[in-house]
Amino acid sequence: MSKFLSLEGIEKRFPIPGKEDYVAVTDVNLEIKENEIIAIIGHSGCGKSTLLNMISGLDAQSEGAIVLENKHVQGPGPERAVVFQNHSLLPWLSIYKNIEMAVKKVMPELSATELKQRVEKFINMVNLDQAKDKLPDEISGGMKQRVGIARALAIKPKVLLMDEPFGALDSLTRANLQEHLMRIQESVKNTVIIITHDIDEAVLLSDRVIMMTNGPHATIGEVLEVNLERPRDRVSLQHDPEYIRCREAILSFLYEKFAKEDE
Amino acid sequence: MKSELLKKIFLPIFVFSLIIQLWSGIAQIVEDFPTPSGTYVAAFGGVNVDGDEIEGVLSDPFYIENQDDKGLFWQIVESLKRVFAGFILAIVVGVPFGLMLGMSKNAQYAFDPFIQIFKPISPLAWLPLLLFIFQDINMTAISTIFITSIWPIIINTALGVKSVSEDYMNVAKVLRFTPLEKITQIILPVSVPYIFTGMRLSLGIAWLVIVAAEMLTGGIGIGFWIWDEYNNLNYHNIIIGIIIVGLVGYLLDFIMGKIADYFDYTKKGRA
Repeated sequence: MSKFLSLEGIEKRFPIPGKEDYVAVTDVNLEIKENEIIAIIGHSGCGKSTLLNMISGLDAQSEGAIVLENKHVQGPGPERAVVFQNHSLLPWLSIYKNIEMAVKKVMPELSATELKQRVEKFINMVNLDQAKDKLPDEISGGMKQRVGIARALAIKPKVLLMDEPFGALDSLTRANLQEHLMRIQESVKNTVIIITHDIDEAVLLSDRVIMMTNGPHATIGEVLEVNLERPRDRVSLQHDPEYIRCREAILSFLYEKFAKEDE
Repeated sequence: MKSELLKKIFLPIFVFSLIIQLWSGIAQIVEDFPTPSGTYVAAFGGVNVDGDEIEGVLSDPFYIENQDDKGLFWQIVESLKRVFAGFILAIVVGVPFGLMLGMSKNAQYAFDPFIQIFKPISPLAWLPLLLFIFQDINMTAISTIFITSIWPIIINTALGVKSVSEDYMNVAKVLRFTPLEKITQIILPVSVPYIFTGMRLSLGIAWLVIVAAEMLTGGIGIGFWIWDEYNNLNYHNIIIGIIIVGLVGYLLDFIMGKIADYFDYTKKGRA
């Protein structure tokens, strides 16, 4: 139970001219263990993306501290790799080049052969060997997101941050990507924080589900431990009492305790 | 598909014949106005209306009689040299300036009003001032082209930089790109298509400007050649000159368009 990543009293305020600041997120305290998979779930507008942006450093918190391995997080960095919802691949670079660009920058010490090996290893990991010379616009949305994951993992991050990574995909593609992610996680242990609004996704993927209350002044409402063995199988889980318990706990949190009317 | 191709060939031919008709009509109304057939003879040689066998101005476009008397080809080459000198100068100054405007809000606030004021100034308005400064035909023409064709490059480059999506910049931030890496790896690839659009507009302006500039400065060049033919009462040749200016301008735009497509990542891999 070493302290790996901790959020201490995080608050985010957005100034509104002539009015009081808008407090999006407040009083968030959370400790995350190494190699733990955390899902953060909540209605839209609960500040879950804001929270992730503060961990990634793309956004600065107004109060509190984010500490990763005893170091205060300041600004973005490759040790906190992000998989963006819209994949954010550079459209003028091939799949291979997109990953190579990231690895080259983060690991300048690699020789040409090592660089090539590393890039190809991660392309292989997401089963994109056939498509590696294609441009992002030539492959499907699910494949793009796999490239996004490969790019993030290839730079050997301490924490992998995923902002609704499968949110823009259809449910079959989404299931396929969840399988990919679980399989990869089996071989490359990583600390993962995944933002989602999908209950099944949260239970299936994570060790703990963090449930956020509605904004403004959103904060952590409940934390749910998911005690399911890995590897997990989505079909047999449907009848697993623990899976059903977790699902119901989240459902009741989102639709009874913190139901959102105006949606 | 086949009828599409036929239309592409025959409809322009139809319009061409209309233009010739219109031209013939004008030639009948305006006294001494060159006829289409007379212009053809003046261009490629043959028997003119007076029954004399003559050489056309395009029969030997490569002749060099002396420093001031050269074939049409060399007139065009002289003009193109000035156009490209001014154009390249405009690129060299305009692209970095546009990058700066696109990246810095303050630079934009500072310079934008002046760009908007300088942009619509006619080359003919700059010409006397620049002639007074340089006292030299080439320098005057080149600097006029520079100062009138730089604006689309600046404006489009800045627009390209501003169109860089926040997502790409976030990737750059996570990877901790240096400012230089941000420019070379993210901003330039995104803005290149915009920069080339600017360059294409700019080259079009440069070619417009050169004809006007040469008429006032004199010397060798297609613009001066047209003016010279007016003074010599060779009205056929004025029309020949106009057609050549149009054709060369079209060719420049076509080549520039091809180069722009080559560098445009959005057009790669989809053709």
